[in-house]
Amino acid sequence: MINKLQQLEKDALAELAAAKTEDQFLNIKTKYLGRKGLLTGLLRNIAQVSDEEKPLFGKLCNEVKNSLNAKIDEVLQQQASRNREDILSREKIDVTLPGKYVPSGRIHPVVQIRREICSVFASFGFSIVEGPEIELDYYNFEALNIPKDHPARDMQDTFYIEDNIVLRTHTSPVQVRVMEKIQPPLRILSPGKVYRRDSDVSHTPMFHQIEGLLVDKGVTFADLKGILTAFLKKIFGDGTMLRFRPSFFPFTEPSAEVDIHCVMCGGNGCRVCGQSGWLEILGSGMVDPEVFKNVHYDPEVYTGFAFGLGLERIAMLKYGISDIRLFFENDIRFLKQF
Amino acid sequence: MLVSLNWLKDYVDIELTSEELAHRLTMAGLEVDDVRTVRPNFSGVVVAKILSVRPHPSADRLSLCDVTDGTETYKIVCGAKNIAAGDIVPLARVGAVIPGGYTIKSSVLRGEKSDGMLCSEAELEIGEDESGIMHLPAELSLGISLEKALHIEDTVFDVNVTPNRSDCLCMIGIAREVSAITGQPMKLPAIKMTETSEDINTLTSVQIIDDDACPRYTARIIKNVEIRPSPVWMKSRLEAAGLRSINNIVDVTNFVMLEMGQPLHAFDFRFLEEGRIVVRKSRDNETFTSLDEKQRVLPPDTLLICDGVKPVAIGGIMGGLNSEVKEDTGTILLESAYFHPTSIRRSARKLGMPTDAAFRFERGIDPEGVVKALNRAAQLMADLSDGSVCKNYIDVYPRQVPAAQNIPLRLERIHQIIGADIKAEDVLKILKAISMGVQDQGRGSYLVTPPTCRVDITREIDLIEEVIRLYGYDLVPMTLPNVSVSEQEPIARLDLEERIRQLMISGGFTEVVNYSFGTPVAADTLSLRDGDERRNVVKIKNPLGEELSAMRTTMIFGLLDTARRNANNGSFDLRIFEIGRIFIAGQAGELPREKNILAGLLTGKVTEDFWDAANPIDFYHMKGCLENIFRDLKINHSRYVPSAEETFLHPGKACKIMLDEKQLGWAGEVHPDIKEKFDLKNCAYVFEINLDLLSALALNSRIFFQELSKFPAVTRDAAFVIPEQTEADAMLDAIRQQKEDLLETISIFDVYKGKGLPEGTKSLGLRFSYRAADRTLTDAEAGAIHEKIVQKTVASTGAKIRS
Repeated sequence: MINKLQQLEKDALAELAAAKTEDQFLNIKTKYLGRKGLLTGLLRNIAQVSDEEKPLFGKLCNEVKNSLNAKIDEVLQQQASRNREDILSREKIDVTLPGKYVPSGRIHPVVQIRREICSVFASFGFSIVEGPEIELDYYNFEALNIPKDHPARDMQDTFYIEDNIVLRTHTSPVQVRVMEKIQPPLRILSPGKVYRRDSDVSHTPMFHQIEGLLVDKGVTFADLKGILTAFLKKIFGDGTMLRFRPSFFPFTEPSAEVDIHCVMCGGNGCRVCGQSGWLEILGSGMVDPEVFKNVHYDPEVYTGFAFGLGLERIAMLKYGISDIRLFFENDIRFLKQF
Repeated sequence: MLVSLNWLKDYVDIELTSEELAHRLTMAGLEVDDVRTVRPNFSGVVVAKILSVRPHPSADRLSLCDVTDGTETYKIVCGAKNIAAGDIVPLARVGAVIPGGYTIKSSVLRGEKSDGMLCSEAELEIGEDESGIMHLPAELSLGISLEKALHIEDTVFDVNVTPNRSDCLCMIGIAREVSAITGQPMKLPAIKMTETSEDINTLTSVQIIDDDACPRYTARIIKNVEIRPSPVWMKSRLEAAGLRSINNIVDVTNFVMLEMGQPLHAFDFRFLEEGRIVVRKSRDNETFTSLDEKQRVLPPDTLLICDGVKPVAIGGIMGGLNSEVKEDTGTILLESAYFHPTSIRRSARKLGMPTDAAFRFERGIDPEGVVKALNRAAQLMADLSDGSVCKNYIDVYPRQVPAAQNIPLRLERIHQIIGADIKAEDVLKILKAISMGVQDQGRGSYLVTPPTCRVDITREIDLIEEVIRLYGYDLVPMTLPNVSVSEQEPIARLDLEERIRQLMISGGFTEVVNYSFGTPVAADTLSLRDGDERRNVVKIKNPLGEELSAMRTTMIFGLLDTARRNANNGSFDLRIFEIGRIFIAGQAGELPREKNILAGLLTGKVTEDFWDAANPIDFYHMKGCLENIFRDLKINHSRYVPSAEETFLHPGKACKIMLDEKQLGWAGEVHPDIKEKFDLKNCAYVFEINLDLLSALALNSRIFFQELSKFPAVTRDAAFVIPEQTEADAMLDAIRQQKEDLLETISIFDVYKGKGLPEGTKSLGLRFSYRAADRTLTDAEAGAIHEKIVQKTVASTGAKIRS
């Protein structure tokens, strides 16, 4: 009987070695190890084994059964992984084709600059305020110390809706509206569209400005220099050289224009900066006492500074754009670059 | 304003380089926009003297000259007739280059050697005179280069003078600034003249009728003038300042205006009827022809300078053709006056005549400089025209022009504004440098009287600005203000906009910014109905063009126009959005209503250049974007109500977007007629949402956490056959109304029309998901509920179950 068992194991292994497909492996498993299989048949005939040999025979049967089982499982596993590899090798794709996704759009470059500037000033404690784009002459001019028939009105060519209603020429009227309602301390920022009657490579009749205002007790021109320097270094980089020089705005006194070293030539002089090495970047100044009087703030108690800058100009410098009109032509090929 | 360095040096010594000077002026508030070097178009031409002139032995038209440059004598053959021994002339020696690039060589003319060339103004491009050799002033040293001798080599600064600094609209004004910056003293021109015995008062008179507009009028008479071209020095001065030379008399008026800032006018006295001046306002419909030969109807309140009968000049703006200085003018009445800034400004604007004179008067001239300029000009006219100045001048000064005096200035206030510890002695030094009169009141308190030319200084803050600008902005330290808490409420809509902007770009939309104004026919192009509020257009009175004259009342026109422009550039697949304002006109005199709007446009393929499929965008792509916004805002009850209200949308593919019974906006496919008007090939889908409304309503939406069920859900499907016109929402509503607690979600998984269904019907496949919070639903339980819901739905809607 033991011989038969050994022969059976040998036969089974030989058949396994010859088998190729999963079905063949499974058939072999059934043939030898199934309920009606050959090994089971041998075990059924255990009566023919002598009593002293019975334990040994039983043990051997189990060993053969386990080893055959393990062997069959192993070849089955091998076969499965060969099959998987086969399938995978046939499923190769071209990973260089573009991905399937709606590509994200772009935020308008001027809006991006606005966000950047607003977030810098938010970190300085400024909050955003708004006002109408179509404005009363009073807020756009008179309350800002620009009386009718004053030459300073020439600084901004104005679109008129009616004699007393204009398209705002700057976002400064918002500061007056806010000051009329709220007492100091005040740290506000008013971004928005403004309109001037002008159109060429460096002027569009509509553009964007941000105006800031800080009013409190003890605010000085030195503070103006400090805040605006910190701001410009955040926007243009820590190494940015800048200068404050006297200028004139009817609603601030003293007034300062702030220049940065030309971003194109680094201050050596080029076409962009008109050979001067400097680029005018923003206007600023201490709020004129006349403006405070108009909103019933006591100029002896409160001082403050205001500043304003054009967003297109900053975007043009930052991205090297030479024609401001591109911002409003909305050519998708332009917008997608930002 | 163009400022010649050579000219400036007449009034103040300057040792700085031109770059340094430009920098110092800029840092003192006189921004130098440009520095230009002016060089002549010749070189090697020197000042020389003719020693002798004799005829050429073999040519009638030529002469032989001996000419010296002080060291050597040259033999020159010359063709001009206007030369004589002793004349000082320009000599181009051998090797010199004259305009046109010609190099002078030694040559032989009809047998006589010539070692150079004597030059005319025209040949050197200094002036237009080509009639003969140029004659130079006798006092010039021989041998020095002509460009040096005539100050032709120059540096011209383009100074941007701010509107407050009227005092700097002249050379002396700029020189005063230079003097204040460098400490060099001023060198003012000495005014000396010999008057004849004839008294001006016997010849003429001045009567001011309108002394508001003309507080001061002064005049002189210069007789026996000879009108001729100005000398080269005068021409080059004017030219450097950007003015054209006209004749000796007119040039003097311009020269003195540029020198002292006082505009002047010269009348030909013979054309002044009754020989007198009357200053008055214009009468109704009075017409006048000014020097530019244009006849104008004068607006009311225009200040006129008249003779005894008629106007002869528009006061402070431009002279009249009828009294212009001509070639044969012999007697000049010279005007130097103070006109009121506002009056001049109004008239110049109304007339559209922004002349150099008006520019200065409207900014305010020095009321005490009027006579100085009068005398300076009279002297120069006499000098340059061999004329004679009559005795005395007329000065009618009925109304004192107010000048600021004794302005209080506190050292402490300077510190309060500037935040720098500026010392009293520095303040006093600066004030003195700009000719301020200072009375020390003690304890850091002063009374300051500015010079009369500084009409911009009337208040303490004006003085503080003067101090700080000359002290140097550079020297002010940088500090950060103490933080106080601001009470400013944040604007909710702006947060909403930022959130939406982010959602839009992640949905593939690119942001555009269109002009807020456009064509007034936009409402017609979009076929808006009569009475639509978007026809209440705010019009600009002075637009840049008709096509930019109407404030937009909808964003759609701009978006469609953007799509059209992009299509012209070959970009047909677009997803764009804009956040901005529209403007609805209200009552006259009131500000229009401004609404904040989100608008979008989709057209072309779902994604451009997709290698897999080219699905055209449809209505539901747009709707998906809108739903996504509402989902993000936690708004789950927005409704899309079919509507054919918007005339520019396809009537069957458009809807109103509703929230809480309020219309937030609309969305739809662009009407084919409109599509054609914008030359769009592809269907375009557009929407607008009112952000003011949305932000108000979105505030109310709050998030409530819902417990997560531990038990599995059971899903069941059912397909309902319903009339094609029935909307999906109607079915969903019918089911939701049953308020079955265990029905967790319901979704549409299929919409089918066609084969197997009756004509005019569609099948709506719905997926129901049931779940209990406290137990596992059995199949039987779920089945029973589902059956009940389906039956009720069939009963309430008349739908049939598709088997």
